[in-house]
Parts: sequence; structure tokens; C-alpha cells
Amino acid sequence: MTALQRLFKFHGGVKPAYNKEASTGLPIAVAPTSTRLVIPLHQSIGGMPRPMVAAGERVLKGQRIGGADGNVSSAVHASTSGTVVAVEMRLMPHTSGLSALCVVIEPDGRDEWIPRQPFDFRSATPTQTRDYLRDAGVVGLGGAVFPSYLKLNPGKQGKLDTLVLNGAECEPFITCDDLLMRERAATILDGAAIMREMLAAGQVLIGIEDNKPEAIAAMEIAARAANAAAREDAFKVVSVPTRYPAGGAKQLMRVLTGIEVPHGKRSTDYGLQCFNVGTAYAIYEAIALGQPLISRIVTVAGNVGKARNYEVLLGTPMRDIIALCGPLPDSDRVIMGGPMMGLLMPDDSVPVVKAANCVLVGSKKLFPPPPPEMPCIRCGECAKACPSDLQPFEMYWFSRAKIFGKAQEYNLFDCIECGCCAYVCPSRIPLVDYYRFAKSEIWARETEKEAADVARERYEFRLLREEREKQEKAAKLAAKTAAGREKAAVALAEAEKPAVTPEQDAKKALIAAALERARAQKEQAHPENVSNLTPEQQAEIAAIEARRAEIREMAKPHLRQDD
Amino acid sequence: MNNSPYFRQPASVQSVMLRVLLALLPGIAAYVWFFGAGILVQIALASITALAAEAAMLKLRGKPLMMFLGDGSALVTAWLIALTFPSIAPWWLTVLGTLLAIVVAKHLYGGLGQNPFNPAMVAFALMIVAYPLLMSQWPRVDATDFAVQWEAIFGNRQVLDAMTMATPLDALRTVLRDPEQRAMIGGVLGTKATFGNVGGKGWEWIAAGYFLGGLYLLQQRIITWHMPAAFLATLFVISGAFALHDPERFAGPGFQLFTGGAMLAAFFIVTDPVSGATTPKGKLIFAAGAAVLTWIIRTFGAYPDGIAFAVLLMNIAAPLIDMYTQPPVFGHKIKGDDPK
Repeated sequence: MTALQRLFKFHGGVKPAYNKEASTGLPIAVAPTSTRLVIPLHQSIGGMPRPMVAAGERVLKGQRIGGADGNVSSAVHASTSGTVVAVEMRLMPHTSGLSALCVVIEPDGRDEWIPRQPFDFRSATPTQTRDYLRDAGVVGLGGAVFPSYLKLNPGKQGKLDTLVLNGAECEPFITCDDLLMRERAATILDGAAIMREMLAAGQVLIGIEDNKPEAIAAMEIAARAANAAAREDAFKVVSVPTRYPAGGAKQLMRVLTGIEVPHGKRSTDYGLQCFNVGTAYAIYEAIALGQPLISRIVTVAGNVGKARNYEVLLGTPMRDIIALCGPLPDSDRVIMGGPMMGLLMPDDSVPVVKAANCVLVGSKKLFPPPPPEMPCIRCGECAKACPSDLQPFEMYWFSRAKIFGKAQEYNLFDCIECGCCAYVCPSRIPLVDYYRFAKSEIWARETEKEAADVARERYEFRLLREEREKQEKAAKLAAKTAAGREKAAVALAEAEKPAVTPEQDAKKALIAAALERARAQKEQAHPENVSNLTPEQQAEIAAIEARRAEIREMAKPHLRQDD
Repeated sequence: MNNSPYFRQPASVQSVMLRVLLALLPGIAAYVWFFGAGILVQIALASITALAAEAAMLKLRGKPLMMFLGDGSALVTAWLIALTFPSIAPWWLTVLGTLLAIVVAKHLYGGLGQNPFNPAMVAFALMIVAYPLLMSQWPRVDATDFAVQWEAIFGNRQVLDAMTMATPLDALRTVLRDPEQRAMIGGVLGTKATFGNVGGKGWEWIAAGYFLGGLYLLQQRIITWHMPAAFLATLFVISGAFALHDPERFAGPGFQLFTGGAMLAAFFIVTDPVSGATTPKGKLIFAAGAAVLTWIIRTFGAYPDGIAFAVLLMNIAAPLIDMYTQPPVFGHKIKGDDPK
């Protein structure tokens, strides 16, 4: 069942120090419940869930406290039973340092569940199942937090060739998927079996980087059992070479199947769908046990005495789980995620959310500030390392010079911000920062342009209307005076009536033509980037927008030198 | 500072440049062995001038001095100038060339990373146009007396006649072009003391040294195979084809590759990332173009070795080459974009 799978390569990639041993020594532990849980309502890409509880209300474990809003959104639940003490703005676990609406719960210690019952997805329609999963709050747990129900749709053909389970986990320090696979392999595959049925998928390929032999062994045993249960050889564990970012969904799909899903296209149209192993586990809990997503496995690592994986209730302040691991005195920052793509937290009080696969404690010694930036010498190391086959130095050049159109021509928006280019750059240029800056500027400009287009259209219409009213007034006035002076003119006016109508028609046609022109102009000027967006892209825009202000600030010192 | 990635590979521009300098050492050792220690004086002259000019320009431009001075890029330019200039050239020729390279070709265009032309080649081209005679006085093989060379570099010009000779490329070109002599390749290469077994006498060993250094750069992944392979293969094929066509009029590939600056160019000059093409396909085109131009200038042009002009001409074309040789981006390789 293993091995004899043909592997493909993706371009580029790097081999950073993995630092994974520290947190794999001990099994997953359940983190104690904190005295206050702060649960942000916005925990997945997409719309902002609306609060369903108010301060003073008692909630049960698993009770929905935030309802999904819009097409791309996912519900949020109380992680334990207790009293809602506030629904208010609190600091978000995001680099921007912005606040968001959160439900603050004071646990009562009883941990009392809502009534739970399995969801019979076999007798439900696909739409019902997806609605159920949306309301169960299941999102991608690899860190991207894309609502899973949207991905559980087999696409145009109604079936898929391959379901990919992502157990690659290529970021240094992070081991939450590794431990989950070691300890709960069977449950992961039960979840995968459900997803396979929903997607009508042929084979299930489980990609795991070859630096996790225990996880591979555990998953192989589980896959054997799953194959026996399904009476076919559908589940295959594939050990993939350890190279960051092998865990990028597109990179992993490429390695396992050779298919490159183009930017902005749906992988289902290529017969593929990819889920993180943690997501498969959450799907099982939601469908088979009736438990919404209220906790996740979090790796606490970095500058701590004993790094470990914990099962953490969502909303638990990060400092509480850091405290369990004995942070070293020189710790100076908390990063959510890994060192290559993680986000710097505004402080350690922010809560664990669905996206928090790792809480990484940093220090100056562990992550020393980079030496001063040197000019780019076009050595091409970044291009060699780029997994998207981009020319990062060209994108840097144009982003820095604020020639954003050219940066886009060099496929800026295919950049996945994996950080490989900045990692290898001998001039230590913070390349990814420049791309984030350029992307956010481009989005901002296109939004502004759109707004300006609408405003111009309105203005032009107002001019037309005023012109028309003026003419009508003049015509009325002329008619009145004419009527006053000479009654005989009535007859003349009667005679002239047919002549007036074509005049009005011409006016109308003029207005219509002008409107049509304005519309055509707007369509022509409409930037390509924001038309026909997939939900993922819309979500990306939202995320980028959120980061924009902060990034601009950050980019300033780099840009100011030459401005 | 506070954005991902939080850690980086310990690479630096300085370490890249230092390894390039290291890679030049075998060639320099062979140079000293066959042509005397004069070259070391030239390297020192060029290095000191380059560093001084770099420091002055950085100061004028208000850039952090130590950070840029220590990056090693000025030294690489200086060494390439010293190695491409005659090793018994008067001191001021080297100094002037280096000054032009650093001040004009590098800093007036914006400093490290911004120069559209290879600074060392700019220096060579300007000097050979301005001082053709001085730039063609090369030391005689085995005339390695350091005192004499010192005198040539710093003293009066009298000693020169006794110790200079034409380079192999120059000698061959002069003889073949002279209608009086009616010489043929076979006769020339066989008889003159200037010519060795493969390339120019002594020069073939220096070229071998550069080749060795080039392999080191490849092994260190500082350069990719594209440029040297395309340069050497193109020079080999074009000179080979013409030598087969008329062996009495055209020198063969062995001679072309191991004489003059061919090997130095293949590994150290065309590979300059700042002024050259950067895409894989672009690198092949850039280096092949430089090789073709080099051969044409050597064979039909007014100068014995055409590398400087060839490289500068290709520098002009580099941005265009890059623009038209962008590799396909991930996910854009599927033609037609039709899901199956």
C-alpha cells in the first residue's frame, strides 16, 4: 500500500533547520481550561460571523455563539460551558494589532456539553451536509483556515480522482500534525473516509514528509485497516522528500500527482482536493460525534524549557499554554505559526484560534534580527529557491520602485509568501515584505479606482440630468409665454407636436448613449484582478486589506531611504 | 524585522565575493609561475585603488562605509582588472582603469547591484581604446625577474623592449593579416616560442587554473553551469567549424579556449550576475552571444582579444534577453489551461 507511488518534484524549496525533535518527545496533553476564554468571532477566512449570545447568558460547551455570515464563513462555538461576560472588541491574534469582536466566556468548570448526535450525511443531501459542517465551524486546520464545507464539493464532474491528505508539515518547529498522526491515525482516516464519500474520490493519498517515520508507520497501519474496511486499495501513505514548502497544498498535489493547479483555479477541476490531516480529524468529530470544532492541537515550541503539543480549547490565552512549557527568561516575542510564514503576535494575551497550529516563543538568540539590508546583486538565489518558479528579484525591483504593473507582469500574485527567497538572499533583503507591500498597494489602488469609477459615473449622470431639466424648463417657459401671447399658437403647437417627440427621443437616446459609453468605459477600465474572483481570492483580498495599514508602516523604513 | 521569515540562511554578499576571489587563486598562481610576480603588484595596485575609490564614493553618496566596503565587490572588480591588463603595464594605467571602473562604471550608475555594464570590462575597453600601445605590452614568458618587472611598472620605459612580446592572439592575428608573410596557421603555431601545446605558452596553464577555480564556483553553487558551458561550447563549436573549413586560416578550438581571456571570461566575467542575464535560458543566450562576438572580434576585428567588447555588447542586450526568457511560472505550464 505504501511506497510504489511515483513522486514528482516541485521547483525550488529550501532546507531550513527543522527543530522538530523538541516537541515530539511527549504525547499530546490536554491543556487546562483557563479562567477566561476569549473567542474571536472571526476565525476563518470570509465573512464576519454575527454574535448569537449576549453578555450574562449561560452557554454550553459546543453551543453556537457566532453564526456564519455570507458565502464564505464558518460558525464559532463556545469551547466550554460557562457565562458570557462580554461581547466586545479584543486584541486579535494578528500582526496588525487590530481588535475584533470577541465573546468572552467565564468557564463554570462543569464542561457541560450541548446534546450531541452524529450527523447522518448519507441520508442528507450534499447541501444539508455542507450547511451542517459550516455550522459545526470546521475550517482548514493547516493554518489557512478556509471553511471546509466549501471544499467538500466534487466540482463539475461530480467526482474526484484523488483526495490528498496533507500531513507533510514542512514548517520548522511545528509538530501538531505529526503527533496527531502518531496518536490518532485511525480517526484521521475515518474522517478522510467521510470526505472521500462526499467528494466521490477515487484514491486517498496521504503525503507525509520523510522526517516523520513514526507518523508514517502509524498512518500505514491505519490505512491498512481503512483499506480493509473499504475493501479496496484506496488509502495510500506516501512519504515525500523533506523540503520546505512541501506542505503547501499546491506543492504537495504536484509532488503526489504531477498536476500543477494554476493560480486562481479550483483543484477540483483537475480532479484533486487537499485537506490537512487535522481537518480530517475535525470532520470526523463533527459528523460522527456531533462535536463542533472547539479545540485544536497546538505545538508550543521555541524558546521554552519543554516544548510540547497540547490539545487547547479555542479562546485560551496564548500565555497560559506558554506558561505550561516554561518560557525562558530572554523570550521577547510570540509567533503564531512557524518561523517561515508565522505571524508575530501583538502580545501573549491573544487567544488560541483555529489557525494556531503553533505558538512559537522567540528570542533574539533564536531569531536574531537580520544584518543590514544590502543591494540586490541579482545572484538569482531567490529564483533558484522559489517554489512558484517566479523571478523574485525582478518582483522586488519593481515593487521597490513602486512600478506595480510590472511587478504584476512578473506574476506577483502567484507568490505564496513562503519566505524561501528571503531565507536564501545573501543581501538579506526582506523580499516577502516587499511583495506584501506591493500586493496591498495594488488591491488598494484597484478598490480606489473602482470607487472613483462609480463616482464618475454618478457625476456624469447628474450632469446629464441637470442638462435635461434645464432644457425641459426652457421648453416649458417658451410654451407658456407663447401661450400667453398668442392663442393661435396653440394650433401651431398642436401642429408641431410630432416635431417635439423626435426631439425628446433624441434627448433620450443621447442620455442612453452617454450612459452606455460610461458603462463600456468602466468595463474596459475594470482591472482584471478583481473580476471573476473565486471565494479564495476574495478571502485573500480581505486578509490583505486587514494587513495593509500595518504593512505600509513596516515597509516605510525600507522605502524611505531612497524616496 | 518583525515579519516572516524569522530566520535566514547565513549567506552574505561578502561570502559570495570572497569565494570568487578564492577561486581566482589557482589562475593567479600559474600566472606568477610563468610570467613573474609583477601581476601581484598589479593586483595590489588595483585593490588599493578600488578600495580607496569605493570609500570615497560611498562617503560622497552618504552610504554606510564599512558595510559596503567590506562586501568584497570592489576587490573582485579590482582583481579582474589586474588579471586582464598586461602585468607590466605602468602603474598609472592600472590605477586609472580601476578608478574608471569604480567611479564611473559602478558608482555613477548607482553602486553595487545597479551597474548595467561589467565594471572591469568597461575599464579594459576604455584603456585599450585610449592607450592601445601600453595595453599590448605583455611580459615575455619566463622573463620573470621581479626587479625588472617592478622597474617596468614604476620606472622609465627603457626596459620594455627587452621583455615584452605580443600575446599569442596578437601574434597570430598580426602574422595572418600580413600579406607579406603569407603565413599559415600550421606554420605559425608550430614555430613561434609564443605558442604552447594547446593555447599560448604559459597561458594554457593559467587558463587551466581559472578552469579549476570555475569548478570550485560551480561546486559552491555561486555560479550555475549555464554561462560557462554556453560560452565555452559556443566558442568551441564556432572556432571548430571554421578550423575544419579552413585549418590554414582559422585557429582551432583548443587554441581559442586556452588563450587570452576565454577561460577567465567563461567562469568569472560573463557570469557577473549584476550586468548579465539571469534567467536560465537567458544565461545560455547571453554567454553564447558573448562567445560568438568574442570569436568574431578575435578573427576579424581590430583587437586581438574581443572579450571586453563582446561582454559589454551583451550587457546592453541583457535586459531584453531576460524579458523574453522568463521561465513559466508554477501552474502556468499547462498549455491551454483546460482541466481534463
